[in-house]
Amino acid sequence: MATIIIPTPLRRFTNNVARMNVGAGNVSDAVLELTSSFPELKKHLIDTNGKIAPFINIFVDNSDIRSLDREQTQVKENAVIFIIPAIAGGITSPKK
Amino acid sequence: MDHENIQFSKQELSRYNRHIIIPEFGLSAQRKLKAAKVLVIGSGGLGSPSLLYMAAAGVGTIGIVDYDVVEDSNLHRQILFGIEVVGLPKVEAAMHRLQNLNPHIIIKIYNTKLTSQNAMSIMKEYDVVADGTDNFSTRYLVNDACVLLGKPNVYASIFQFDGQVTVFNYCNALGERGPNYRDLFSSPPPPGLVPSCAEGGVLGVLPGIIGSMQALEVIKVITGVGEPLSGRLFAFDALTFESKTFNIKRNPDNPLNGKNPTINELGDYDQFCNIQTDEKAIKEITAKELYEWQTRGDDFQLIDVRNLSEYEIVNIGGLLIPLSSISTRAMEISRNKKVVIHCKSGGRSARAIRELEEKFGFQNLYNLKGGILAYADEVEPELARY
Repeated sequence: MATIIIPTPLRRFTNNVARMNVGAGNVSDAVLELTSSFPELKKHLIDTNGKIAPFINIFVDNSDIRSLDREQTQVKENAVIFIIPAIAGGITSPKK
Repeated sequence: MDHENIQFSKQELSRYNRHIIIPEFGLSAQRKLKAAKVLVIGSGGLGSPSLLYMAAAGVGTIGIVDYDVVEDSNLHRQILFGIEVVGLPKVEAAMHRLQNLNPHIIIKIYNTKLTSQNAMSIMKEYDVVADGTDNFSTRYLVNDACVLLGKPNVYASIFQFDGQVTVFNYCNALGERGPNYRDLFSSPPPPGLVPSCAEGGVLGVLPGIIGSMQALEVIKVITGVGEPLSGRLFAFDALTFESKTFNIKRNPDNPLNGKNPTINELGDYDQFCNIQTDEKAIKEITAKELYEWQTRGDDFQLIDVRNLSEYEIVNIGGLLIPLSSISTRAMEISRNKKVVIHCKSGGRSARAIRELEEKFGFQNLYNLKGGILAYADEVEPELARY
């Protein structure tokens, strides 16, 4: 089994679950398994074309999947998949 | 950064002694710090510790951009400030505090919002930029200006319990340029998808940790001591105390400096971040009008879309339906009488109203302008503010 780590900003969509075991395969399979368990998470991870959203980074161990095989990047047994979202601190839009 | 001719007074040599005696650092690195000009954008949670450490370390010239004023709710994390400066512009309070800490350095302040019109002229005067801003528009603006000007951008960001640090657009000794923000996040999340710290909160000590790391990277970039966090993203989870450093690379499709660049000047970052300036108008009510309805005994429903923890701090008797569950609990909202929806300051309640109008066709909803804070200001001053 591989492990997928959910960052704290997204845990409100996973009932505060911080990590989940997923079957080995590829990143796309792992994310699908995660979003099947937590459907609310889907719009925060996947864009309208079914790809990883541009404001999300996925790392397998410490490598960016964009420098590997993107969503098709293989996930080995015991691999750790990290979701790193864009965070900006305070406010979502600047004060006028 | 011409540091060869930098001189120190006796007082300065004494003050920086613990730096100078580190063999890997020495007088040479201290000279580089004094010669350096660093622009810090945002003097809030991240800017507070990073400014304190940079000033204490002896960075010779520090610029600060911020247009906010100090509020009491800042003080749980913005350790530059105390209650005596609540209400003052942050840059003025910061300058006073930092000059008091280190009179041997120069502080320049910009009490203005950083915009596409002023960013290049302000930033070109500095060697290094430290981005501690609080919104995506300014993040992209700072990034793009740094790339266009060829400046390193020491980036730090926080949310609730998570922190991120990296050094963008760093040019190493071989002349190789590292990745920038657009390589990491090619576009921002849609507005409303990620809650803000004002809504979602932030653990006060977290910006202290992450802002201190930002100051560390600024010092490393200036002095050349160690390996700057270029091409690597540090991520910290305060809940589990787990941290990880990820490798990040340049993206050939980056519109700023990829293979086929299409951006050669600063643009409209509010538009890029999909911040709606022409959203469909919603009906509003002021706090004083709401009070009139209440005292007149008008028949209306009051809904509070904040979170339970905020409701427990202060409430004005509204039915609590947090924004995240507004659609699933829409049947609890009246269609037969006026409904006033409020949150802390008016943003979430506006989103709730748009969602209810679009999905369910409500036409009887009013947004409390300025939220419960405005109600506290204008109607009931004894209410708690947060």
